[in-house]
Amino acid sequence: MAQTFTFELVSPEKVLLSGEAEQVQLPGAEGDMTILPGHSPLISTLRPGVIDVVFAGSKSRVFVRQAFAQVEPDRLTVLAEKAYDVAELNASAISAELTAAETELSQAKTDEQRLVANQAIAALSGLKA
Amino acid sequence: MPSLKDLRNRIASVKATRKITKAMQMVAAAKLRRAQEAATAARPYAERMDGVLAALNQRASREGASPLLVGTGRDQTHLLIVLTAERGLCGGFNSNIAKLARADAQKLLAAGKTVKILTVGRKGADNLRRDLGRNIIERLDLRGVRQIGFSNAEDVANKVLAMFEAGEFDVATLYFSEFKSVIAQKPTALQLIPAKLPETTDAAPAGTGQSVVDYEPDEDAILGYLLTRNVSTQIFRGLLENAASEQGARMSAMDSATRNAGEMINKLTVKYNRQRQANITKELIEIISGAEAL
Repeated sequence: MAQTFTFELVSPEKVLLSGEAEQVQLPGAEGDMTILPGHSPLISTLRPGVIDVVFAGSKSRVFVRQAFAQVEPDRLTVLAEKAYDVAELNASAISAELTAAETELSQAKTDEQRLVANQAIAALSGLKA
Repeated sequence: MPSLKDLRNRIASVKATRKITKAMQMVAAAKLRRAQEAATAARPYAERMDGVLAALNQRASREGASPLLVGTGRDQTHLLIVLTAERGLCGGFNSNIAKLARADAQKLLAAGKTVKILTVGRKGADNLRRDLGRNIIERLDLRGVRQIGFSNAEDVANKVLAMFEAGEFDVATLYFSEFKSVIAQKPTALQLIPAKLPETTDAAPAGTGQSVVDYEPDEDAILGYLLTRNVSTQIFRGLLENAASEQGARMSAMDSATRNAGEMINKLTVKYNRQRQANITKELIEIISGAEAL
């Protein structure tokens, strides 16, 4: 049996996902990364994008925005302000998010905001296809 | 002396009132449970956030840190964010929050500071309008919001942050009612900007305490990002605590109202029976003395 670690996805309103995961792929601010059990401690902000969780026996894909991850050797916590299960996302929900991201882009004042909005649009377009 | 008919009407109306307050109490009890669940569900996020912030706070450099943490260096203009309910009939809930905010506002005004007030919830604005009406710069209300979501808090937070960036205030304080228990709610003032971060002791939980943590991007960038998010998290917490407190306060207010109505009905019923007996006796005396006179 593969080693596992505790994975938790928490939104401000409630704990969305929690369980023993074998590996988790995160869209880190400075590049995608895959977290395996025993990873060294790390705190990173996340780009808007999809988190791939491999639980023992099942998989989950979640789209997150405005999130950051806290990695400890035996646990991974992702705090996301917005999170949607990819399996439950339908075309209209994606379009709605896409429109929101585009408005954000047009209203963005700083390069950073523009970057974040662009990343969101890229990730969402990828999902739509 | 009220007539028998008046008394009967009085009793009927108090009975109707008692039914209403009883129903309100039960509705509040059901809503309280839901509000408490929401508050409990929101706790993990806030706790994790606090933990990371506290850890970062120790490591990040002080110079050049975000003004959200160290302040603008002045404390001339204060923003009071007053969270209250949309509806009344909940005992001293709204007025207690308003009282605390008012006391602080007056203290600040007396010290020559500028005070700006942002109210969330209709009752707070109503309550502060009379003496501090000039200081209220904006009122938001959450009417029609059945269950408070994070987006509600975000709306408020975005407004506050935009004002802060525009340099419209130096210090922001959040006023809400902390939910202690069903019968105890404590009006609380929480300094939002500059942020008061929880202090970590060096005896942090074993295992995480000594490990070296990598930060991506660097500490300061993450701290800056998290401080912005922290504002909405704190406001969200305030809103949820408030929602639970409101229902708790309403429940106990309605409970005592129901009890008072019951007591009143008893008193009125006794009075009604005495009066009826007195009328019967009077009529009998009249008949008897009429018969004797013949």
